[in-house]
Amino acid sequence: MSDAVAIGSPVTIRREPGKFWIVPPAALLALLFFYPLALIARQAFLDDSGVANAAEIFRVLHSRFFLNALVNTVTISIAATAGCLIVGLVLALILAFVPFPGSGFIARLIDTFIALPTFLVTLAFTFLYGSAGMLNTGLMEAFSLPLPPVDFLYSTWGVVLAEVTVYTPFILRPLLAAFSLVDRGQIEAASVLGARPFRIVRQVILPAAIPALIAGGSLCLLLTVNEFGIVLFIGAKGVITLPLLIYGKAIQESAYQVACIIAVINIALSLGLFGLYRFAAGRLGA
Amino acid sequence: MLVWSRPGRIVLWMLFALIFGVLFLAPLAVILLSSLADQWNGVLPNGLTTEHYTDVVRGSAWNAVKASLITGFLASALALVSGTWAALSLRLQGHALRRLLGLLFFIPSAVPSVSVGLGLLVAFSHPPLLLNGTIAMVMIAHFVLISAFTFGNVSAGLARLSPDFEQVASSLGARPAYRLWHVTLPLLAPYLVAAFGLSFALSMGELGATVMVYPPGWVTLPVSIFSLTDRGDIFAGAALTMILVAATLVLLLGLERITARATGS
Repeated sequence: MSDAVAIGSPVTIRREPGKFWIVPPAALLALLFFYPLALIARQAFLDDSGVANAAEIFRVLHSRFFLNALVNTVTISIAATAGCLIVGLVLALILAFVPFPGSGFIARLIDTFIALPTFLVTLAFTFLYGSAGMLNTGLMEAFSLPLPPVDFLYSTWGVVLAEVTVYTPFILRPLLAAFSLVDRGQIEAASVLGARPFRIVRQVILPAAIPALIAGGSLCLLLTVNEFGIVLFIGAKGVITLPLLIYGKAIQESAYQVACIIAVINIALSLGLFGLYRFAAGRLGA
Repeated sequence: MLVWSRPGRIVLWMLFALIFGVLFLAPLAVILLSSLADQWNGVLPNGLTTEHYTDVVRGSAWNAVKASLITGFLASALALVSGTWAALSLRLQGHALRRLLGLLFFIPSAVPSVSVGLGLLVAFSHPPLLLNGTIAMVMIAHFVLISAFTFGNVSAGLARLSPDFEQVASSLGARPAYRLWHVTLPLLAPYLVAAFGLSFALSMGELGATVMVYPPGWVTLPVSIFSLTDRGDIFAGAALTMILVAATLVLLLGLERITARATGS
């Protein structure tokens, strides 16, 4: 929207001589980002002699490791995004509408998680929920169990829980911004007229939150599909996602062509989600 | 206030404390605790020690901190120059081109970091651009990944800038270069500092592209944390993670104070 306003207003900046100033940064990005991207696609579709290699692509797309990683990536991403939406909504509702002393500080503290490395949470989870972690040791001591009873960390659910921690702030931030615009008078009036809190949330607050939920949710889908550090640090044999598979094929097996074929799929998936995010954020003005 | 009854509010606050405690507080607390743990056989550590910190500082940790800081600084500085340049010169384009180019400058943030690293390996492993195994590859990878964030931050700042100042400067006869240096850039300064801080923090924690391209002599903090924990040395890994968190927070808080002082708020 701001674009349209800026174009509509009489701007006296001369346009013609400045057209070419965009060339240096655009050329830099083209050389360092789009050129390598194009070479990934080239290496994926053509073999060394420049002939299309449909057989190799077909083989990779039907391989067990690729299908497994694809299913894992999509499952983890959807589950983690759903978790982020629920946790983010609950936290934002309490922070915005049932505030407590220090809630502003807590909101800022959660916000700083955006700047912290994602693998921090995985490392912490090893100490908390790992087989020799605090929870398992505590349960084994309390109930004199022979084996650690809690065993979700090295599965898909360990990754999902870590991603919920890391990406909830990305939902919380737009939600709190949206809630700050909700008319408090409307809520008080509804409340005085006898509407129960649940009904106020459903009929007054949620409609205001939907743009933020859609924009934040699609951003979460994108970020969780691309997540690498969390999955690498958990290091579970059974939990391989697309980025981890690319790393494994390229660095550990030196199978660059296979890595490029998988990368093309992963990039296409990510760009699709990026388009969804831009569409949601643009359409809903969040 | 949505909930009027006191018991109702207390129940909600306890729910908040539970979620916040389990998801956010416990991980940070336990990383801090384990970085100081002497031996850990029970629920809590048997004793506390600063040994892990002295170990990592005496070992290769100092090199990792240095590599991360230098990489973060150079990549963020380049991203800041290129992002500001792009955002400013995009204003001189027509509407359609501006939207298209704006989208292209954002795309690096959508591509998985591992694929950015893979692309660099594929593109720069042959002459004439043979960069594989050099420090430059790490810098380029970080620059590409953070460039979209600096561009986005600076563009958002530009969109909020009132055009009046620039128009007044022009109508008083200020030439474009003078206007840029003395009017537009000072007005943008808080956004530039914020963009630099965010991209520095992102670069400090970058792992996916770095593990693809780093040369043996340039191991950044996240990569060395991974190799420590992968070897089973999780306490040293926790100590190094705390160093990374502290460095990032000090950096962000410092930049925030600079911005606050500059804008007088």
